[in-house]
Amino acid sequence: MDNLRELYQEVILDHNKNPRNFRKIEEPDGFAHGNNPLCGDQIDIYIKIRDGIIEDVSFEGNGCAICTSSASMMTTALKGKSEADAEALFNSFHHALTEDAEHPEDVPLGKLAVLKGVKDYPVRVKCATLAWHTFDAALKKLQGEAAQDEVTTE
Amino acid sequence: MSNTAQYDVVSIRNDFPILEREIFGKPLVYLDNGASTQRPVQVIDAVKDLYQTHYSNVHRGVHTLSQESSRLYDDARVKVRGFINAACVHEVVFTKGTTESINLVAQCYARPMLKPDDEILITHMEHHSNIVPWQMVCEQTGAELKVVPISDKGELELERFHELLSEKTKLVSVGHVSNALGTVNPVKTMIDAAHAVGVPVLVDGAQAIPHMPVDVQKLDADFYAFSGHKLYGPTGIGVLYGKEKFLKEMPPYQGGGDMILSVSFEGTTYNQLPYKFEAGTPNIAGVIGLGAAVDYVQKIGLGAIAAHEHGLLVYASSKLREIKGLRIIGEADQKAGLISFVLDNVHPHDIGTMLDAEGVAVRAGHHCAQPVMERYNVPATARASFAMYNTYEEIDVLAEAIKKTIGMFS
Repeated sequence: MDNLRELYQEVILDHNKNPRNFRKIEEPDGFAHGNNPLCGDQIDIYIKIRDGIIEDVSFEGNGCAICTSSASMMTTALKGKSEADAEALFNSFHHALTEDAEHPEDVPLGKLAVLKGVKDYPVRVKCATLAWHTFDAALKKLQGEAAQDEVTTE
Repeated sequence: MSNTAQYDVVSIRNDFPILEREIFGKPLVYLDNGASTQRPVQVIDAVKDLYQTHYSNVHRGVHTLSQESSRLYDDARVKVRGFINAACVHEVVFTKGTTESINLVAQCYARPMLKPDDEILITHMEHHSNIVPWQMVCEQTGAELKVVPISDKGELELERFHELLSEKTKLVSVGHVSNALGTVNPVKTMIDAAHAVGVPVLVDGAQAIPHMPVDVQKLDADFYAFSGHKLYGPTGIGVLYGKEKFLKEMPPYQGGGDMILSVSFEGTTYNQLPYKFEAGTPNIAGVIGLGAAVDYVQKIGLGAIAAHEHGLLVYASSKLREIKGLRIIGEADQKAGLISFVLDNVHPHDIGTMLDAEGVAVRAGHHCAQPVMERYNVPATARASFAMYNTYEEIDVLAEAIKKTIGMFS
């Protein structure tokens, strides 16, 4: 199992055991529900915005360690960021895991870089990206753009 | 450690080339047999031999190859008849698998006769493939789907079954063995009760056929469905057994070649059973491979296989129960060789990845039985499912790998 240390790094296991911002926000400005039905991963994302800045972001749900820790780390990384900076970070994160050309890697990942190991486990990439896609949908909805009610990465 | 002295698991394992594989430098421990089993060299060779030596289309040409392929193909149907003890060969219809077999009955038996307020009776522990075809046919006809509940142990609530069985019921469809819980359902009791009120029964045998002797006449099942790939045979091939009296009256499933006797623009005469339900060039290699798989399991003997797997189940259950923080989902008195479980602090998908690193292949997920997951309030489970080639030593490897997983996540 030592070969799994790249995937399940200590910081990931810690975020899984003690997820940050694991709570509901009453009357959020943005909300979306993420669901990977094949896995059984379910995540609700709540956003509070003030003057274009993400004042608070939180999540609730049930998922594997990769899904939960990614959501937890996402919330800590996004707090205090502008909507544009949040989008840029989403793109970078997505690119790091999938090398998807639509999502250029513009900004450094910082602490989120520990999740790069997921790239070597293609079936688990959807676990790590569920929270981010759900956040993206919540943000789009509050910006008045069309977004799905239920997000999935499967 | 095997208590069945005559059962030679080593020589059985030697027949399965894939079991020699290593995963991350560790011997493969294949415990995902509920999803699909592996193939013995006898099945692989039968398919290879067909393509290398005999292959052509069946029931068409007069040339030698077509005749040889047709003979091998027809022989396989005879083997399947004997295997499940159908009364006659033409009661064995080849399909893509259990799913298609059930859909065929839903569309060709149920749909033409269902009326609004009629009822189809299934159970809470069915695989999606024994739920959705009935939902579709209910939508098409206005009939209603009724569901027999299950107990905390994972057994059918038989009293509720008897209550739900009424003059409105037009068909009962029940899994012989639950793929998510391992429960062996009392299908003979259910069939007798249904027949007493004139209701036919379809048995979804996907998870039963590789693990226990099945005699469709003794069961008195009206339809019995199963897949080749769970029986050490090829993928994309399955069987629908149906009593002649039903199959004869049912309209064809699909139109095309082989299912007709004559075609003109004024009208078409359908072929006899079973060809009426087998339009188009069939899965020739799949059928012949399935025939070889049937030969193989019959040579080992399903009674012996069942005894061996039961030994593994008892051993694994006691080993896993010793692990703190592990909960077995499905504790029916009558179980086939599979264990669904959850761990207190580790999600099933993490269990799956962690065990894989130890060479152990298990299934993680909802097992296409989401209503079962909801019933036990879990998002998913990890499932170890056994086959004729598994060993007690492999159970030890599984138990150790689970303990390591718990250690890493604690």
